[in-house]
Amino acid sequence: MGQPTTVQAEGPQDDPRTAGVRASGPVPVDTPTVRPAFDDEHPPSAELISDCVHCGFCLPTCPTYTLWGEEMDSPRGRIDLMKAGLQGAPMTDTMVQHFDACLGCMACVTACPSGVQYDKLIEATRVQVERHHTRSPGDRAMRASIFALFPYKRRLRALRGPLRAYQASGLPKVVRTSGLLDRLAPKLAAMEGLAPVLEKREKLPSRVPAVGERRAVVGMLTGCVQGEFFPGVNAATARVLAAEGCDVIIPKKQGCCGALSVHNGRQEEAERFARATIDAFEAAGVQTVVVNAAGCGSSMKEYAEVLADDPAYAERAKTFAASVRDVSELLAELGTVAERHPLEVTVAYHDACHLGHAQGIRQQPRALLREIPGLQLREIPEAEICCGSAGIWNVLNPEPARELGDRKARNIASTGAELLVTANPGCLMQVSSSLQRQGTRIGLAHTIEVLDASIRGLPVSTLGPPD
Amino acid sequence: MSGTHGTQTSAGPVLGDTPPEATAATGEVGDNAAGMAAVGRVARALMPDTGVISDPTQLRTYECDGLAHYRVTPALVVLPETTEQLAGVVRACAEHGVPFVARGSGTGLSGGALPRADGVLVVTSRMRTIREVRRADQRAVLEPGVINLDVTRAATGEGYYYAPDPSSQQICSIGGNLAENSGGAHCLKYGFTSNHVLGAELVTPQGDVVQLGGLAPDAPGYDLLGTVVGSEGTLGIATTATVRLVRLPEEVRTLLVGFRSTDDAGAATSAIIGSGVLPAAIEMMDALAIEAAEAAVHCNYPDGAGAVLVIELDGPAAEVQHEYDVVERLCQEHGSFELRLAIDATERALIWKGRKSAFAAVGRISPDYIVQDGVIPRTALPEVLRAIADLSSSSGVRVANVFHAGDGNLHPLVLFDDGKPGAGEAAEKVSGAILDLCITHGGAITGEHGVGVDKAAYMPKMFTDDDLDTMQLVRCAFDPGGIANPGKVFPTPRLCGEVPGKRKHAHPLVEAGLADAF
Repeated sequence: MGQPTTVQAEGPQDDPRTAGVRASGPVPVDTPTVRPAFDDEHPPSAELISDCVHCGFCLPTCPTYTLWGEEMDSPRGRIDLMKAGLQGAPMTDTMVQHFDACLGCMACVTACPSGVQYDKLIEATRVQVERHHTRSPGDRAMRASIFALFPYKRRLRALRGPLRAYQASGLPKVVRTSGLLDRLAPKLAAMEGLAPVLEKREKLPSRVPAVGERRAVVGMLTGCVQGEFFPGVNAATARVLAAEGCDVIIPKKQGCCGALSVHNGRQEEAERFARATIDAFEAAGVQTVVVNAAGCGSSMKEYAEVLADDPAYAERAKTFAASVRDVSELLAELGTVAERHPLEVTVAYHDACHLGHAQGIRQQPRALLREIPGLQLREIPEAEICCGSAGIWNVLNPEPARELGDRKARNIASTGAELLVTANPGCLMQVSSSLQRQGTRIGLAHTIEVLDASIRGLPVSTLGPPD
Repeated sequence: MSGTHGTQTSAGPVLGDTPPEATAATGEVGDNAAGMAAVGRVARALMPDTGVISDPTQLRTYECDGLAHYRVTPALVVLPETTEQLAGVVRACAEHGVPFVARGSGTGLSGGALPRADGVLVVTSRMRTIREVRRADQRAVLEPGVINLDVTRAATGEGYYYAPDPSSQQICSIGGNLAENSGGAHCLKYGFTSNHVLGAELVTPQGDVVQLGGLAPDAPGYDLLGTVVGSEGTLGIATTATVRLVRLPEEVRTLLVGFRSTDDAGAATSAIIGSGVLPAAIEMMDALAIEAAEAAVHCNYPDGAGAVLVIELDGPAAEVQHEYDVVERLCQEHGSFELRLAIDATERALIWKGRKSAFAAVGRISPDYIVQDGVIPRTALPEVLRAIADLSSSSGVRVANVFHAGDGNLHPLVLFDDGKPGAGEAAEKVSGAILDLCITHGGAITGEHGVGVDKAAYMPKMFTDDDLDTMQLVRCAFDPGGIANPGKVFPTPRLCGEVPGKRKHAHPLVEAGLADAF
């Protein structure tokens, strides 16, 4: 066993009250030449770290703490690790492992009574990890393939054909019951299990005019995963916005917003996507940008921080970030005009972490759903705990993600609702595979699809449950 | 634990050859590296890899509990999942003279779970199964890592709840509650943890597993359970607790009452209790605490209030209505300017959110602060509060007050900025002076947070040497090796005599003037 590390080596230690227990001293490290974890370029802020009073209120909402019950996989434990890094501790594999294990769900930000901005801390830390940590070849390859695929619509589109053919072939059943993929390549198996049953793509025009009196002109982000895997959500968003009096502008040139890159410390990539997105919507001349994917909206609202060091974009990014609205947020601001037709259905509403925790949007979608005659809303127990999707976390960490997904699925099933409604494509994919595994038959829909069905007077059966 | 002033004790037992590293109240690494290594081997044999932590990076995250001023990195952390694993580690500690410290969720505010650099930190966060909820018996059987609020969640469907509700109830563990005899806002009417724990399975400091109490109340023989509850981890580690569940009241009314001053609010509190009404809770917050809570959770407390009372009445509807009438009248008579009644669960939750997040919320108005915990007779409230205000203005150190007014349990929050030279010392001085105030007004140095490491030095101010020696006899009876959470609760390390072996010369710690022979 190695020598235990003490915070301060000097001074008499006969009384723990005075035994060098203030957290100011450097952590002694074995070799003096060892490189500290962080460089000087935007390390996690010491000032933000000092906001943490170690009360522990974050622990019960942290998905990894609920899984493993250990301090280093909790928000306050990770903050301790950041502090150690700032005080000169090296970026060991162990340290990185605990930063990587954070889902970035931000439930701790909601839970924290002291207002610790953990979101800013972990994002700064992730950038440092990407800069200074050498990952294993397997991990590198996995991440490289994810980031070569997901943010690019054309590549995702190219995948649609083979995926639909695979899904139509009956092979998925064989693959899943054999368990072969789980054994050979669990991360690949996770991806296979998450892929949604693809629907037909509806082509969106570049402008959808307002129905009746025009109340607003808005730009709409189509996103990458949303656009390719859940095209029906985009079509429904455009229809609902138009029905509520919005001219909807859908810039053709838009690409990925960079959410996955922002949330995984890939700074340059994130900056590139952010600039391109700002360019696309500035060219469209819209004052408001509407987003229907929680993760995208949350990172677009952070563009001011992403591009703070870019003199050409810093100001524009601030203006842009202020113009971003989640679709439920905008609809609540506008107020309802389009008539709602009844939908006799019980709905469990799932707060996507990047909508609830990151954007504080909880009441608006619920209020919009309650406006639908006949619709009964039910709350899901442990609503604050992440479903385990978390961007690409479920692909990189298949086993714990499955545990979290199954826990969420059990809580959803306990509501007895017929339809699960949420606002993020990642959650829909994650939760649907868990629900399927435990044999719960429940329909799945994005909030906006429910509103769309109600406005158009479609029957509940159009929203599932699936066969 | 109450004082037994003037108790005479006979001369202490003969000092044994207890190894210094097993008894010193130090955070220093002893020369018992071999013992430590042996305990590590035992732990690894008993538990999966993930249950034994020795990586310095990971150990660092366990260096403090909720009292972050004190930090010591433990030599080893173990996360047992069963009583057998936990007892096995403790037995190895006893065999090799290695100290151990128990920790639940690490939210304690007196440094009770501050690790030892030469010891093992035994964390119960993976022993979190609610074994049984016996509705008809109004009992629940819990593992020590079960979170306080989860007990209530598990019992609510059955019409019951677990009454002790520390502010940290959403995360603090039952084992920690038992060790600290935790209270909470509602202990005015319902009592502390000791009133709700009926039995416990205890791993003694020698590693034996014993049963104290049981499902039935008032077990014959010595009340060892009563001794263990509140012993701050010095008499062993509870691995199971059998607790009482309380019937959910028919009606609950939560009132938020605004006063111009803490004097008025204090007088109203005394008047309410004096009238014979026993609310479930009477909590007070002063202007500075209100400001912090507003900043944190936007609880919308009355504008311009110098103090607010949160009063909760519960019980049968008719009784609550009667109590409400009395409380409303007494508040008005004592100068309340606004009285709000929470009309639904959401409003009630918001009122409580302001109160329960107040400690941590102070982080919004001050970079650093000390949470003090003292208790005074309720009638001394206005006088002590004025004295605290005087201390604050003469020293320039801001003090926010949040407390359980109904039973005189003060929680002054002493604010400071550790970045400013001397500010920490000034704050500690004020914090200490507040405790002196409590003692001189007939109170005690802790109401519910425990003594831990933080207040050990104040124990002699409250107790005579004889009192402390008597307590020490109890400790030695349970823990002759002095390995269970050493350095906590008592100011001076003492050595127990019941250790085998002959004394050849004075103990090195006695020679060094660090310990007394006992």
